[in-house]
Amino acid sequence: METIQKKAEEDVTSELALVQAAKKGDLDAFSQLVKRYDRNVFRIAQHITHNEEDAQDVVQDAFLKAYQNLEQFQGNSKFYTWLVRIAVNEALMRLRKRRNDRTVSLDEDVETDEGTIPREVADWSPNPEQLYGTSELGDILKKTIQGLSPGFRTVFVLRDVEGMSTEETAEMLGLSIPAVKSRLLRARLQLRERLAKYFKSKRGEDGQR
Amino acid sequence: MKCTEFLKELTDYLDGKITESLRIELDEHLHWCKECHVVMNTTKKTIEIYRDNQVYELPDDLRNRLHQAIMTKCRNSQAHKK
Repeated sequence: METIQKKAEEDVTSELALVQAAKKGDLDAFSQLVKRYDRNVFRIAQHITHNEEDAQDVVQDAFLKAYQNLEQFQGNSKFYTWLVRIAVNEALMRLRKRRNDRTVSLDEDVETDEGTIPREVADWSPNPEQLYGTSELGDILKKTIQGLSPGFRTVFVLRDVEGMSTEETAEMLGLSIPAVKSRLLRARLQLRERLAKYFKSKRGEDGQR
Repeated sequence: MKCTEFLKELTDYLDGKITESLRIELDEHLHWCKECHVVMNTTKKTIEIYRDNQVYELPDDLRNRLHQAIMTKCRNSQAHKK
């Protein structure tokens, strides 16, 4: 336990050192920061935009903006928290552009009741993932999460896929903690409701797969 | 406890962020309410499935290309600043 904590402290220290060096123009230091977080930023961007081309642009623009604005990073939060906030804004902007809809925001559809009253209450197959092949399962998971509003899926991705805390997610998205919690509950319940049709135990019993 | 009250606490219950007394109340509800038990288990499974099956991994060749593009843009922006 002590070792894990020590390791986390070292990571934060080395990260701060990298940020400080990058602020002074050390591009190698910034390159290390990019390598540390590019996969996460790409995943988050893909989940928000649903478009690989847009996600690639978001990764490039988010890191470039972070680099250009490093002076504004005060070190009160983690570099990653600050970076994701930039990336989420970039991703939402791309989504608005593609949908040609300026109203796309993290507040969209917050009032929906969908999923808050569970309709699917049949139990799932014991190992639902094994009902499908890897790529088919991937398609199901993508399609299902894409059906959620941007606000819900962004909170779900940061909290449950990327493993951020409620507090970090709130900071990344500029939302209050109760707002994150309420979106997370709805996102989880909606996903569960939608996945039920693929994972209900009936399918396995039918011997279809 | 009603099912709607249970659902309100579901997220904190799954995250283990509730007081001991509330957890006991929720466990008691789960003990007799089969439907909430299924909802709780399948919501937990939903989270695990998304966590364990990353659907958007960055392929190595694309990662290298993006990295090069980012660093070129940063270098240009630095030169521009000077």
